[in-house]
Amino acid sequence: MSENSNTIIKVENLTAGYGDVAIIKDVNFEVKKGEIFVILGGSGCGKSTLMKHMMGLLPPVSGRVFIDGKDIVTAKGQDRIEILKGIGVMYQNGALFGSMNLLENICLVLEEYTDLPKDAMEFIARMRLKVVSLDGSEHKMPSEISGGMKKRAAIARAMALDPKILFLDEPSAGLDPITSSQLDDLIIELSRNLGITFVIVTHELPSIYKVADRVVMLDKNTKSIIATGKPDYLRDNSDNPWVRQFFNRES
Amino acid sequence: MIYIDYKTNNDELKITLRGHLDAAFVSKVWRESINKLESTKPSLLEIDASGVEYCNGAGAALILQLKQKQETQNRRFSIVGLRKDFEQLINIFDPGIIRETAKKGNFFLEFVKNAGRMCCRVLNDTKAEISFLGELLSKLLAAFIRPSSLKWSDTFLIAEKSGANAVGITCLLGFLIGVILSFQSAIAMQQFGAQIYVADLIVISLFRELGPLITAIIFAARSGSAYAAEIGTMKVNEEIDALVTMGIDPIKYLAVPRMLSGIFMMPLLTMFNLLLGLIGCGLVMLSLGFSPIVYLNRIQEAATLGDLAGGLAKTLVFGLVIAGIGCFRGLQTATGASAVGDSATKSVVSSIIAIIFLDGVFAVVYYYVGI
Repeated sequence: MSENSNTIIKVENLTAGYGDVAIIKDVNFEVKKGEIFVILGGSGCGKSTLMKHMMGLLPPVSGRVFIDGKDIVTAKGQDRIEILKGIGVMYQNGALFGSMNLLENICLVLEEYTDLPKDAMEFIARMRLKVVSLDGSEHKMPSEISGGMKKRAAIARAMALDPKILFLDEPSAGLDPITSSQLDDLIIELSRNLGITFVIVTHELPSIYKVADRVVMLDKNTKSIIATGKPDYLRDNSDNPWVRQFFNRES
Repeated sequence: MIYIDYKTNNDELKITLRGHLDAAFVSKVWRESINKLESTKPSLLEIDASGVEYCNGAGAALILQLKQKQETQNRRFSIVGLRKDFEQLINIFDPGIIRETAKKGNFFLEFVKNAGRMCCRVLNDTKAEISFLGELLSKLLAAFIRPSSLKWSDTFLIAEKSGANAVGITCLLGFLIGVILSFQSAIAMQQFGAQIYVADLIVISLFRELGPLITAIIFAARSGSAYAAEIGTMKVNEEIDALVTMGIDPIKYLAVPRMLSGIFMMPLLTMFNLLLGLIGCGLVMLSLGFSPIVYLNRIQEAATLGDLAGGLAKTLVFGLVIAGIGCFRGLQTATGASAVGDSATKSVVSSIIAIIFLDGVFAVVYYYVGI
């Protein structure tokens, strides 16, 4: 295990792929407590695959992923559930349950894992919705709200159990610049005020510059990490021309 | 260690909280503290949170709820000793005053309103169904007039899926129904020494009623629901919209091939069903001691070509109606995953009702025509 108590996620020698095709080979990195960590790279380089392995959705070919010191790859049954309770995930399109309104979407995990009375659960759900500025939309169905609202509602739902880590899959994709910027502010606010660790997959450059404390960049050809660090630093100082191109938006 | 304590002093209430303010703790004290607050109605509620070691969303909810209860009654609230980071948490989570959702109106008024809405919905539904039926039939006719305008490869693929692949289950059911029915009636007929007439009974009931009905129910459950689910999923994924904007008519592209395959596959499946039903019946007759030739003569004498043709004519209509309803329900699908399930269910329910209703109509018509 890591000797550094500040590490909340540790990925060790992770190799991942589908069938015979390797997507990521032998990747190592750490995420520190409370930081906003961005995974980026060109299309099809395995960003989402890497994130799915980090939250234990897919079994890796080899390697280990530690969440708060516990290995999510080998954890089973109750241990696994305990690890999963500590993380919240926002999926690309929200993945809100279409048959439930926003309040019920958030209350679902609370009902499952706590004995709170109904009004307490609803109060907590309203609190979460307020944080993402969706107060007043409690009784709307997911089909009645816009894409940006869906993403914010999904963040509210991911926060229901006070997770230490939030995974966001392309939070700003498909949003207008203003909404996207509001979402960035929200992420920064949650991270600074609540100490939530964020792991974000994105390739929206403005958003990366604004929120990221640290980024890792994946490369499709070498199937590994080609750069790690602060985005501004990588833009100006990376010795890899492709990385500089990416950050400067050149072709 | 968790701890909560209440102290009343004149009309002031002091609540002392200590320990981990998490969901487990809050779920224990939520009711109790709110009841306490509501029964004492203090002019000042003071929360002493100096012993709170940890506070998450649930803890914040408890404090905020108590605060809100006080403030909506214009009473005072204060909190002391809360750690800075927890205070921050409470500040960003404060949902403000929650407006109660609009109170339900008078029961009678609501009832009338709902009844009115329901009537309008049923009428709108009926209107939609009738206009859809008209649209379907006109496009089907157009496809018959100009067969080259149809995508035949799709039609054959659908026909294979809903027809050829269903032969097994149709045969199995036909055989079992033939065996069971003839066995049951043989027991009854034995009392009259009229077992040879089991053949008459079975062949007439299979040809005229049971064969077409059973096949139609299999078709509705197996293929009608699949049409509804497939088209419903396409609707949810905006694939139907994509067809429309490409200038491809979804009814012609999706519904017409399915209806054609329904019309052509149903009679064929019914014939398989009937054949196996007769074989099943023959097996029972054989076991009762009748020779195969006697059985064959008996069924040829009992049933006319009119019985068979009348039964098969019905299946043409059944196939059309089942496929049409499946496509209609699919195209009607609202949004979301559960809507697809609803459409599949509705398609089977409406198809079966339609089949039984049409079967009655056919019975009356055949009676007057004399088939």
